[in-house]
Amino acid sequence: MPVVMDAVRIAQTLTRIAHEIVERNRGIEELALVGIRTRGVPIAKRLAAAIGEIDGHEIPTGILDITLYRDDLMRHAVGPQPLVRRTEIPFSIDDKRILLVDDVLYTGRTIRAALDALIDFGRPKAIQLVVLVDRGHRELPIKADYVGKNLPTSLSQSVQVRLSEIDGRDEVEIQES
Amino acid sequence: MKKDLLAIADLTREEIYLILDTAEAMREIGLRPIKKVPTLRGKTIVNLFFEPSTRTRTSFEIAEKRLSADTLNIAVATSSVLKGETLVDTAMNIEAMAPDMIVLRHASSGACHLLARICKSRIINAGDGMHEHPTQALLDAFTIREHKKRIEGLKVAIVGDLLHSRVLRSNVQLLTRLGADVCLSGPPTMVPAGIERCGVRVLTSVDEAVVGADVIMMLRIQQERMQGAFFPSLREYFTVFGMTAERVRRAKPDVIIMHPGPMNRGVEIASDVADGPYSVILEQVANGVAVRMAVLYLLAGAPEMD
Repeated sequence: MPVVMDAVRIAQTLTRIAHEIVERNRGIEELALVGIRTRGVPIAKRLAAAIGEIDGHEIPTGILDITLYRDDLMRHAVGPQPLVRRTEIPFSIDDKRILLVDDVLYTGRTIRAALDALIDFGRPKAIQLVVLVDRGHRELPIKADYVGKNLPTSLSQSVQVRLSEIDGRDEVEIQES
Repeated sequence: MKKDLLAIADLTREEIYLILDTAEAMREIGLRPIKKVPTLRGKTIVNLFFEPSTRTRTSFEIAEKRLSADTLNIAVATSSVLKGETLVDTAMNIEAMAPDMIVLRHASSGACHLLARICKSRIINAGDGMHEHPTQALLDAFTIREHKKRIEGLKVAIVGDLLHSRVLRSNVQLLTRLGADVCLSGPPTMVPAGIERCGVRVLTSVDEAVVGADVIMMLRIQQERMQGAFFPSLREYFTVFGMTAERVRRAKPDVIIMHPGPMNRGVEIASDVADGPYSVILEQVANGVAVRMAVLYLLAGAPEMD
């Protein structure tokens, strides 16, 4: 199956996004990153480090688990519930510019859930969306502000993002299912 | 998970850990400014309490509300039970209004099993007579794990009215399942026959039972369930079995003291121990909400009855 991004490409892409974030957000003091579990979390941490290198500021970084906000919970009464893990946002999001980070943007349903979850924590000044890969096929009116790579896919394919923190190596692969 | 949570025996070891891990995530919701998630929106949960309760009923209700379920409480004092309605009739009438879950507390052991057989709603046992109180044991395990980082291999002393205690029966099942070394102590008149077969030791002397304990769990003297004289006087009971600071010193230096509440101060536990540095009694109450949120969430996805 084709590997569409390797480790070098992913690193370059994240550095580029970090630069775009710094360029577009004057007054970086009010920025904060929130990674969506699972693979949005290491991406958010890498972006925080990259922004720190460019700008010298330490950007607060949080973790969001959107399971309890999913719109498909309880729709299929049979079968075990999805695993819920901790949300950790150790700072106030009020009046912050929140950069919401995920690995793949697809239907947009995860982001819808994440927006609801985030807003339960307060009233940010703005929320922007960062994704490593946008594979299309949106089912909701959601658009990313920063995209690592636009990847045209068919519905029968799946996009697998692997990150060294979780999977032992960095790559993005398209799989036929 | 099965449809109902009636007893600890309904849960596999993996399911117990799944509940405890899910409760870790649920606890964070209680620390937010808006303590609510939309997860159980549109689900109706009936809290049907045939026995008095402050902690358990409040805890379930807060857990249900934090998950956005619609909840209603039926206390026996204000219900048609006083007019002579049977448990089954009460349950069938509630069932006719199609709730998703019923949280039941009842004075008769097995009441929850009876309802589980006839109700489509998921049944959660919130204490049935002298049988079980599974969510209490789960929140106890959660509290122990939080302090000790493990349950396997811990020495747990459970002291008090062993005979009438559903908390004991659930805890013995759960703690031995997870590999703790459980030792019981109480008046010989209050030791359930054959309890050793559950893989626990029974010692008459509290002083011996607490030696080297990582956890001391006190049980309430349940005077409302006692039929007959089990010990001469409350004062004598305290002298022989009460948890005093002196007895606590025989345990490990980092021992934690637990009590499921309500406490009889000066009967099973001295006030300075209940309020002392080793006591985690109020943490148990706080953790109860997170553990019950986890149970409600996980059961809501369990398969329905055929």
